[in-house]
Amino acid sequence: MITIPYLTAVSTYFSYGLLFAFGQLRDYSRLIFDWCSTNNLHGYAPICLAHEDFYIRRLYHRIQDCFNRPISSAPDSWVDVIERYSNDNNKTLKRTTKSTRCLNLGSYNYLGFGSFDEYCTPRVIESLKKFSASTCSSRVDAGTTSVHAELEECVAKYVGKPAAIVTGMGFATNSAIIPVLIGKGGLIISDSLNHTSIVNGARGSGATIRVFQHNTPAHLERVLKEQIAEGQPRTHRPWKKIIVVVEGIYSMEGEICQLPEIVSVCKKYKAYVYLDEAHSIGAIGKTGRGVCELLGVDTADVDIMMGTFTKSFGSCGGYIAGSKELIQYLKYHCPAHLYATSISTPSAQQIISAIKVILGEDGSNRGAQKLARIRENSNFFRAELQKMGFEVLGDNDSPVMPIMLYNPAKIPAFSRECLRENVAVVVVGFPATPLLLARARICISASHSREDLIKALKVISKAGDLTGIKYFPAAPKKQEEEKDRIKLD
Amino acid sequence: MFGLLVLFFFSYRFLTFKILVVVKFESQSFASPLLWANDISCSKSTRISSNSLAALCSIHRAKMDTNLVEMFRAGLNWVTMALDAPSARVVLFGVRIQWHIFVEVLLGFVIVILLSQKSYKPPKRPLTEQEIDELCDEWVPEPLIPPITEDMMHEPPVLESAAGPHTTVNGKDVVNFASANYLGLIGHQKLLESCTSALEKYGVGSCGPRGFYGTIDVHLDCETRISKFLSTPDTILYSYGLSTMFSTIPCFCKKGDIIVADEGVHWGIQNGLQLSRSTIVYFKHNDMDSLRSTLEKIMTKNKRSKNLRRYIVAEAVYQNSGQIAPLDEIVKLKEKYKFRVILDESNSFGVLGRSGRGLAEHHGVPIEKIDVVTAAMGHALATEGGFCTGNARIIDYQRLSSSGYVFSASLPPYLASAAITAIDVIDQNPELLVKMKHNIALLWKGLKDIKGMSLASDPESPIVFLKLEKSSGSTKEDLLLLEKMADRALKEDSLLVVSSKKSFLDKCRLPVGIKLLVSAGHSESDLVKVSESLKRLASELLL
Repeated sequence: MITIPYLTAVSTYFSYGLLFAFGQLRDYSRLIFDWCSTNNLHGYAPICLAHEDFYIRRLYHRIQDCFNRPISSAPDSWVDVIERYSNDNNKTLKRTTKSTRCLNLGSYNYLGFGSFDEYCTPRVIESLKKFSASTCSSRVDAGTTSVHAELEECVAKYVGKPAAIVTGMGFATNSAIIPVLIGKGGLIISDSLNHTSIVNGARGSGATIRVFQHNTPAHLERVLKEQIAEGQPRTHRPWKKIIVVVEGIYSMEGEICQLPEIVSVCKKYKAYVYLDEAHSIGAIGKTGRGVCELLGVDTADVDIMMGTFTKSFGSCGGYIAGSKELIQYLKYHCPAHLYATSISTPSAQQIISAIKVILGEDGSNRGAQKLARIRENSNFFRAELQKMGFEVLGDNDSPVMPIMLYNPAKIPAFSRECLRENVAVVVVGFPATPLLLARARICISASHSREDLIKALKVISKAGDLTGIKYFPAAPKKQEEEKDRIKLD
Repeated sequence: MFGLLVLFFFSYRFLTFKILVVVKFESQSFASPLLWANDISCSKSTRISSNSLAALCSIHRAKMDTNLVEMFRAGLNWVTMALDAPSARVVLFGVRIQWHIFVEVLLGFVIVILLSQKSYKPPKRPLTEQEIDELCDEWVPEPLIPPITEDMMHEPPVLESAAGPHTTVNGKDVVNFASANYLGLIGHQKLLESCTSALEKYGVGSCGPRGFYGTIDVHLDCETRISKFLSTPDTILYSYGLSTMFSTIPCFCKKGDIIVADEGVHWGIQNGLQLSRSTIVYFKHNDMDSLRSTLEKIMTKNKRSKNLRRYIVAEAVYQNSGQIAPLDEIVKLKEKYKFRVILDESNSFGVLGRSGRGLAEHHGVPIEKIDVVTAAMGHALATEGGFCTGNARIIDYQRLSSSGYVFSASLPPYLASAAITAIDVIDQNPELLVKMKHNIALLWKGLKDIKGMSLASDPESPIVFLKLEKSSGSTKEDLLLLEKMADRALKEDSLLVVSSKKSFLDKCRLPVGIKLLVSAGHSESDLVKVSESLKRLASELLL
């Protein structure tokens, strides 16, 4: 759990209070203006209620330039960030033709497949020529090409499950498949920090939803026990089935799921395990097979394995892997399979090629190198950040590392300072995180070189000093490390 | 104030002390007459057997009655005096304290005690640890999925070349009526070129959501291009067609809002409606009278509706039936009852209207009248993804509140660049649209006299929908029959036609049928072939 320094909590609340007060003041003066001018709603209720987009108008617009930064290159280790300007105090931002080359610490390009790849890209272009960009049809109609069939086989083999089904979007995979698996009378027990797509899917299913404390198997056990004993609310009928939904790596925390413990709890209470490996597949584990491989969990114990191809594989779409019967059933009932356009064939080809590279089936050891590189890079970067005194969340081996900022003013300050030094970082605030826990998130890629990382560390350290986010005392530098540093420089 | 409180407290103490005395006295006064009565009867009959006691009692009754009453009166007088004696000279707030005041205070005290006690609740006996463990052991969950049946084993055809008007299945050339490639843009040279150069420049994926360096210049260009094409103020791109609707609707419709939706909308919209948690009222499929009466009912029945956000949700060309929504009527009703319109143009964008600008152009309605327009790009544009277009406030609001936009990786840049090129192609080649309309008319002509089935779609819709004339009564059996028909068409005549598919999640109850998606790329002989083949199969299977 994150413990906030007392003073920081007070100052953060104060900052939000001040922002809120000024926002309200501006809203009231706006109200007087609107009252003077004619009402243009003509009997309609306003489409965005004032309190609904208050946050956007009065808080987000002030720091809008830190988000949605357009780039004009592939999301590789270095990107061209397009410069923007605003004539109306950040309300709207206009693109210029100028761009600056920045070190990319924001994209989920874990294995470096996000840009031109000597093995993948030619094959992708080949499949584009053969199959065109889209099938304009759903998978059950005319949307299954030989590439799709190959992809499903390839993914099932890679993940270590008998069969797999692929959809065209990671978000839709969760939100369209959970309702197929469970409905009224079922119970979904979800980690408190699960992704919105899971929340959407769970809500759409009509099942009862209970939440357990983030990554705490003991609490999960307590919830399971309680719920099985209680049964369905009001009627107290026994639950039809219980699905426990967890993620491999939590994207906003950088934490790796305590899968072995969770799986054993679920086994004990006969609940099904739904594992979302959106960030972990490809990025962790000896051969990139995700959190199961890293923590030594048998994939047979995880009933439903979900993942996306947007991150490590540099493509788009998502998959569900499971037993043959499960996949057959999904293929007959999953709305994303029946009604949505199938995944673009070149994207499918990219995934196949990327998996081949990872497994070394392309005849080189590039895949193994990439995997070793991302682990090395992540652990190096995390250790260095911690030494500097930043409050870094997450576990070792995880390529996602959030740095806590807390104060709302530090969000834009940190982001702008880094960008000034040509380092592109992601900063996240409310509503993606709790109000108090604003953070910067760094995603390490296998395509970063050691020099890149050292440059990034320097810039982040400087920005950290300036914004005062080194909440911990810096570790005393050892002599050997000093020597190492000089050598590397 | 404080003095008053102290006074009150002391008088209270005094009273409570008195009450104790009263309780003693009263218990004596109630018990004594009975005791005396007992004494009397005992003294008279100490040596008399018990069965003669009743007789003696009746003899002495008259005498005893007067004795008892007198004794009781005397006793009462004595008690009253005894009670009044201690407070005979006490005057509180100008009132002389009499004995009944003590009784009243006592009663009040009892009331206070009763009120202060908790009401009766059956004692809670929580499950013991052992019982919980037993329950957990006994609980048997349902299997994750129901058993697989024969009809679930159907395998879709696997294409060995692009899904153009002609494609390859099992090494055979087949005519494809299953792809929504309305303008025949699959395999278009310009699209392939733009995709190739985008792939070389940007790679395949965008590796991030739009907020976090997943916004690539082609996305912004694509948004501008769509806005320019439809002459709307702003556009937002989604990374998947299906997610467009289920993200847009919950953005603007919240709990308490009212949505009036067509009963034939596709699953993406149904899911959006469900996620919005608004009050949803369905009207009969494409029936304007039903829409009017529904709106009328909502506005007159509930006065509060005037302050709520109200929406009409419809599809331009219904994926489930091929019907075209009468937008001019909808706009009239919308303006009359002050509803907003959310329109899904997935199957009409690039298809309807003189220049492919969709339903608004088709009906000659200015596009500003439609508040929110969404569309999937996996149809006429022959790419993927989706977009929502409308005024700047609506689009801006989605950029921070729409779940499918904020929390999903952005559209692969090569698909965005394909969309730009596709719109350019539509703008530059109006003859494609003419060809497609000609093809629809040809197919209609060919299928006019089909037996056992009837044309259920709009004559101008690119989705030509054949529904069964005689349904067997069970959707499942109808679907199996139609699937068989489609399979035979593929096997015997090399035609890729598809039947409706129904997930148990899909709540649409429209009749099922065969769906033919007409493309500008189909030749006249293809259309003749498909109509002849379907006529033959229909007469063999359905009659």
